[in-house]
Amino acid sequence: MSSQLIFFILAALSIMSALFVVFSKNPIYSVIWLIVCFFSIAGHYIMLNAQFLAIVHIIVYAGAIMVLMLFTVMLLNLNKATEPHKPLLYKLAAMVSGGLMLLVLLASMRSTQLGEYASPAYTESGFVQNVGMVLFTEFLLPFEMTSVLFIAAMIGAVVLAKKEVH
Amino acid sequence: MQLTNRSKVVTQPEMTWVEKLYLPAIFSGLQITIKHLFRKKATLKYPEVKKEFASVYRGMHVLKRDEQGRENCTACGLCAVSCPAEAITMDAAERKKGEEHLYREEKYAAKYEINMLRCIYCGLCEEACPKDAIYLTDRIVPSEYTRGEFVFGKDMLVEKIDDRVDVSKRKKEYSI
Amino acid sequence: MSIILFKAILVVLLFLISLGIAAYSTYAERKVAAFLQDRIGPDRAGPFGLLQPIADGVKMFLKEEIIPTMSDKFLFILGPSVFMVTTLMVSAVIPWGMPLEFGGETYALQVADINIGILYVLGVVSLGVYGIMIGGWASNNKYALLGAIRASSQMISYELAMGMSVVAILLMTNGSLSINNIVEAQGTGKLYGFINVSGMNWNVFYQPVAFLIFLICAFAEANRTPFDLPESESELIGGFHTEYSSMKLGLYLFGEYINMFISSAIIACLFFGGYNFPGIDYLGTILPHNMVSIISVLVMFGKIFFFIFLFMWVRWTIPRFRYDQLMRLGWQILMPIAIVNVLLTAAAITLFGN
Repeated sequence: MSSQLIFFILAALSIMSALFVVFSKNPIYSVIWLIVCFFSIAGHYIMLNAQFLAIVHIIVYAGAIMVLMLFTVMLLNLNKATEPHKPLLYKLAAMVSGGLMLLVLLASMRSTQLGEYASPAYTESGFVQNVGMVLFTEFLLPFEMTSVLFIAAMIGAVVLAKKEVH
Repeated sequence: MQLTNRSKVVTQPEMTWVEKLYLPAIFSGLQITIKHLFRKKATLKYPEVKKEFASVYRGMHVLKRDEQGRENCTACGLCAVSCPAEAITMDAAERKKGEEHLYREEKYAAKYEINMLRCIYCGLCEEACPKDAIYLTDRIVPSEYTRGEFVFGKDMLVEKIDDRVDVSKRKKEYSI
Repeated sequence: MSIILFKAILVVLLFLISLGIAAYSTYAERKVAAFLQDRIGPDRAGPFGLLQPIADGVKMFLKEEIIPTMSDKFLFILGPSVFMVTTLMVSAVIPWGMPLEFGGETYALQVADINIGILYVLGVVSLGVYGIMIGGWASNNKYALLGAIRASSQMISYELAMGMSVVAILLMTNGSLSINNIVEAQGTGKLYGFINVSGMNWNVFYQPVAFLIFLICAFAEANRTPFDLPESESELIGGFHTEYSSMKLGLYLFGEYINMFISSAIIACLFFGGYNFPGIDYLGTILPHNMVSIISVLVMFGKIFFFIFLFMWVRWTIPRFRYDQLMRLGWQILMPIAIVNVLLTAAAITLFGN
């Protein structure tokens, strides 16, 4: 089964790149591995015949958000000598929150059953027209709420930017 | 106080809406550049086609010979005296027996050097010369790798017997 | 001939054509620059200097390859590779001509007719900036970093207006995102509903504002003057490719010209009817189908070459923007105009039907 093979390759790639994001010493490499991870996830979308979601995922996450992320990381001074010493309290807080996250993940994994991988049937639900239809009928309220949220964020940004002009 | 009526008051008027669009300005700029696309080109393909110099062009010097191929220069030193850049030096020598076919007068320049980096190509040496010996030509001074090579001796300056340099144009200028 | 083989041939051909056009764009750039400045440009290598790109290529390959000591070597090599790959990827969704017919089977002159074509273009174009950013950062050079930062902020700012101007086009083609559908829609119907010239129903006649916005954004995305801030020679010494030499520099320069070629192709497809030309239906009645296909390919390339010339023409006319002017133009002028344009188009379509 070629599609199953592609799925396993993509799955391995996404898990590996996600691990590399965490384990890379250099933040720039972390960002780049995250981009690779996004790409493999977009590959999964295409495997599910959701081309629109895949390309939007690439445009929004890989194309815009990660560019901004890389932009910020590039401007950091990444010398080891200037790395600030982290107080014990921070380390403890990080440990506790990480442990809690692990607990949540374990709990959710315990309750799920591992199913057989089945190649999804050919559907057109991921096509642009169908996604649009669903968005503007079934999920109209959440969709509009999100846009209101975005507008609020945009206006906030404009207000912040215009502040100095009297 | 107004002295003439040619003076103009400089103003920076508020730009109109059309001007603020900048598009008309961009289009007129594009028009200007596209006109140049079809204009006659100013380029000359240099080694094959050479630009003609003006008749008064002052380029590299030449030390002339007369019709019989004898050097005109008598090493009188007037050129060196007249040179405002002090670029010319020379050593005089007496003509020996049997050298009459080489030098026209009894005295000649055994060494004649022009420092081409000092020379300002003013042409005063040419005007000072009483013997029609030195002329500035329309040849371009060749480029060299070191400063020393720019001190041109007689080997570079004296015209070859079989390859004469035409200075008739410049002679005409001064034959009034 | 199976469809797979045909597509493989098409891919290889597209690759070669892209590289060839990029190579000769460098020559054309110098020639156009020279002619616009009353010079004649390179004319020593071969007749009219036509072998100049080959000479340049040989020079690029033979130059010494320098990787700065303090640079990140892996990323330094990754940068130009990513840039080149992304620029070459875009050409997959562009329809280059009418389908060919052999023995009753049709072969579309398009590598992949995916139903998200134009989004694919926007997505891949937005990835091109990674090549610039990674290369600029890995060089460990202030000017390269500044160039990379400028490139990324410029790309993000102009992508929005570009996408908005495309939305207006999509509204006119009944919401299909496939470039092939957009091109086909421009080949049918009457212009303004009454001028009956076949293959002339181009979007530019309905959407001049969207075209202008898209053109300006294409200039910005391809890092061409007046938006060549990421690599401005006079202030940033070449910007993101300051530290690059040899063929890695060559890849950056080449990728830029391929970008220009692809942008021209997309402008031709979206606004100027792609391979459609006036009288395409009439020609179809008197000539065999494959003949018309070949003519349509030539027409497409004619349009592309015109836009490449436009890119160069503008480059040698308009000086570079200042950074704040660039941002102001992108966010405060192009974005609002594009949004208003989308709203007006939508209103017009709801009011007057099609």
